[in-house]
Amino acid sequence: MKTIRSFTDFARGSVMLVSQGPRGYWVWLAFLSILIMSGLLAYIHQVQAGLGVTAMRDQVSWGFYIGNFTFLVGVAAAAVILVIPAYVYDWKPIREIVIYGELLAISAIVMCLLFVTVDIGRPDRFWHLIPPLGYLNFPQSILAWDVMVLNLYFLINFTVATHILYRAFHGQHYRKGLVVPLVLLSIPMAVGIHTVTAFLYNGLAARPYWNSSILAPQFLASAFCSGPAILLVVLQLLRKFTKFEIKDEAIHKIAELMAYAMFLNLFLHGAEAFKEYYSDTEHLLYTRYWYSGINGHNTLVPYAWTAVFCNILAFGLFISPKARRNIVTLNIGCLATYMGVYIEKGMGLIIPGLTPDTLGEIYEYYPTSSELRVAAGVFAVGFLLFTLMLKVAVPISLGEFIRPATKSTA
Amino acid sequence: MRTLLIATLAIASAAAADKPKTVEKLEVPPPPFSEGIFPCTSCHATMKPDRTRRELTMMHVEIDLKHDQEHRWCLDCHDANNRDQLHLASGEPVKFEESYKLCGQCHGEKLRDWRAGVHGRRTGYWNGTKGYLLCAHCHNPHQPRFKALAPKPAPQAPKRPVD
Amino acid sequence: MENDCNSQQPCSKQSMSRRGFTVSAAGAIVTIMTSCGPKRLHDVSPAVLKRSLAEMEAKYSAQYGTNVKVSDTQPIPGVLFAQALDISRCIGCRRCVYACVGENNQSRDPQIHWIRVMSMEKEKGVDFTHASPYYQPAEVPQEGHFYMPVACQQCSNPPCTKVCPTGATWTEKDGITVIDYDWCIGCRYCMAACPYGARHFNWSEPSVPKEELNTSTHYLGNRPRPKGVVEKCTFCIQRTRNGRYPACAEACPVGARKFGNLLDKESEIRYIMEHKRVMVLKEDLNTVPKFFYFYAT
Repeated sequence: MKTIRSFTDFARGSVMLVSQGPRGYWVWLAFLSILIMSGLLAYIHQVQAGLGVTAMRDQVSWGFYIGNFTFLVGVAAAAVILVIPAYVYDWKPIREIVIYGELLAISAIVMCLLFVTVDIGRPDRFWHLIPPLGYLNFPQSILAWDVMVLNLYFLINFTVATHILYRAFHGQHYRKGLVVPLVLLSIPMAVGIHTVTAFLYNGLAARPYWNSSILAPQFLASAFCSGPAILLVVLQLLRKFTKFEIKDEAIHKIAELMAYAMFLNLFLHGAEAFKEYYSDTEHLLYTRYWYSGINGHNTLVPYAWTAVFCNILAFGLFISPKARRNIVTLNIGCLATYMGVYIEKGMGLIIPGLTPDTLGEIYEYYPTSSELRVAAGVFAVGFLLFTLMLKVAVPISLGEFIRPATKSTA
Repeated sequence: MRTLLIATLAIASAAAADKPKTVEKLEVPPPPFSEGIFPCTSCHATMKPDRTRRELTMMHVEIDLKHDQEHRWCLDCHDANNRDQLHLASGEPVKFEESYKLCGQCHGEKLRDWRAGVHGRRTGYWNGTKGYLLCAHCHNPHQPRFKALAPKPAPQAPKRPVD
Repeated sequence: MENDCNSQQPCSKQSMSRRGFTVSAAGAIVTIMTSCGPKRLHDVSPAVLKRSLAEMEAKYSAQYGTNVKVSDTQPIPGVLFAQALDISRCIGCRRCVYACVGENNQSRDPQIHWIRVMSMEKEKGVDFTHASPYYQPAEVPQEGHFYMPVACQQCSNPPCTKVCPTGATWTEKDGITVIDYDWCIGCRYCMAACPYGARHFNWSEPSVPKEELNTSTHYLGNRPRPKGVVEKCTFCIQRTRNGRYPACAEACPVGARKFGNLLDKESEIRYIMEHKRVMVLKEDLNTVPKFFYFYAT
């Protein structure tokens, strides 16, 4: 009885929190709702007419949806970049903000699952993946591994986040015995989800562009800059619009860690480029298609060099302590990181891997308006989820949203 | 890889089914004579054979020999004394239904492959009676080279949907 | 939190039975669903399979207004299928492509071809970078070109069956890699994994004209497929398990295609492997194809 009562209090309180806000909040929500409606309509059309409404064909059988999925798994994994200094190195300034990394991870995983759902040809058969109703080809299929680790990671983050918030709602501190082990577990899990996602591509001998040993380390490196890039912007916004406080040194530390991650990312890309261009085998074709195009097929070349430029710019800004401390260059760096990694890990990973195809054919893929609308809808769902969770989490962590009757501690 | 596969097959062949060896005489459909031309003896029984190597002007003028025509002519394959059959280089007669023996004189490896079922069109059953055709069913003995064919339509190139 | 059961605070009987009830109810639901619900055709009992086939026949017959048969012919023991293609003879006429389309009920619009004939230059040899399936000269073979039809290589070490997350594709005992069209979720991971571009996706609802439908089908082969699933060459499983040659082998006007049982010493396939110059595509990928290209002359 008491549990149900306290839960309904929490639910009612949360509803009140999310239904109040300044004008900007409502404009933002309206904007996201429009995107979600548009995405939903586009998706319904796609389900009825088939995936043929996308630009994907046999020659390039994965595209924008899977690219976004891959990028977002990286974002989800990056919550860990906060956890390591906070818990492993016991760095207090970051401890308070770990929860926001986890909320970001939850939103990112939800977007990942949505992107997979909109990409498969038979979404009505999704349950075929869930044992014991279906059959999960574990451990042979890396996709089966991905299903398991992504859901496990989601569960860990969801459990920790809701536990911390729910306890804080009751004016109680979270149970260390539950949270700390789970949070520490989330470190190898974060590495795990992105390694498994990398192995999805890495294990395919048919696609030499992906069949490279550096793929897993590269994924981790780019993940550890892209996730925090979003988080830094969000934290600054929270600081501006709520009573939320975060020490400057926490923000600068995160930016510094991102610099190292971006360096590793650039180094691995450079190593890959060297191997392809110097060895000069047939496998160079895929890299060439990305950076310079083949036989006049060069739709993606501008994006390739934009990504390179953004990544190098981001590295340059974040490695300089002065640039990190300047709010303008800090945010330019965040934006550059996001853009650079989004391009090179999304379309920049999927399309060159599949072009030319296994029989040497070049079909130039770029998303249709239908795909863009569906993808925007999925992103809007993720952002909406994140916004609503923050709308409840920030007041809780500030002590503003607390259970009326209970003011005592455990 | 081939070594591995053949090694596997060697081990597995213990369980292989028992199949009869390819027989000397193979069941084939009747030879593809032009209409009304056979039996040849209906005209040639009463005609005296003229073994002079020449270009024919009176009959069979539609046959344009393009089969080693520098060195061979009609009677090198057709039996001069009995036009209802062919003959080998040794003079031994060969029935039209077994014309492969004649072709096999020069094209021995094709004959060997054909007997094994590896040369020529495949009809029938892979685990039962195989369907064999005579050489002449596909190759015009006077102009054996295949004519070029018009290819069937190319596959459609992948196209973006109309946006 | 209330109801924390530990040694200091024994659980109340009420909470135990409530928890126990929830667990057993969940277990009951799962058991019912897993025993009664649809499953992979790979796993069902022969009786359930027969029932599924009868349902399929009814569905397809109603859909096409004709009498469609769906068979479940099992693999013949002691048989491992292989196909061989003579590239000294193939002239690139594509008659095999269209024979396959007709035999296996491939969609005409959107167009699906299980066989793709690659035109290559004799000077360059087997080189996919400079090959093209889109040649359309007035006559074939073209001067200086040779032709390689490519379809599923029926690998003995297939990279595609490894990656399927739902186990919807597997290799049968006679070596044919098949797809359960009712289990495939359309994730297309197998298409990414195939080095030969052999798998094809139903991007939209497939369409086969009623009058051209081949009504003798096999549940793992040429029965009509739904939208959103993957399909590919099955060595004409509906024919070959009944002793016949695949449609492509019979259609080839120059006799370039050979087919048979690898385990039969006397078969054409074994003869080719022992007497001809045989190669496979992308050998370095260790897929061990059962589709061989050879040079007969």
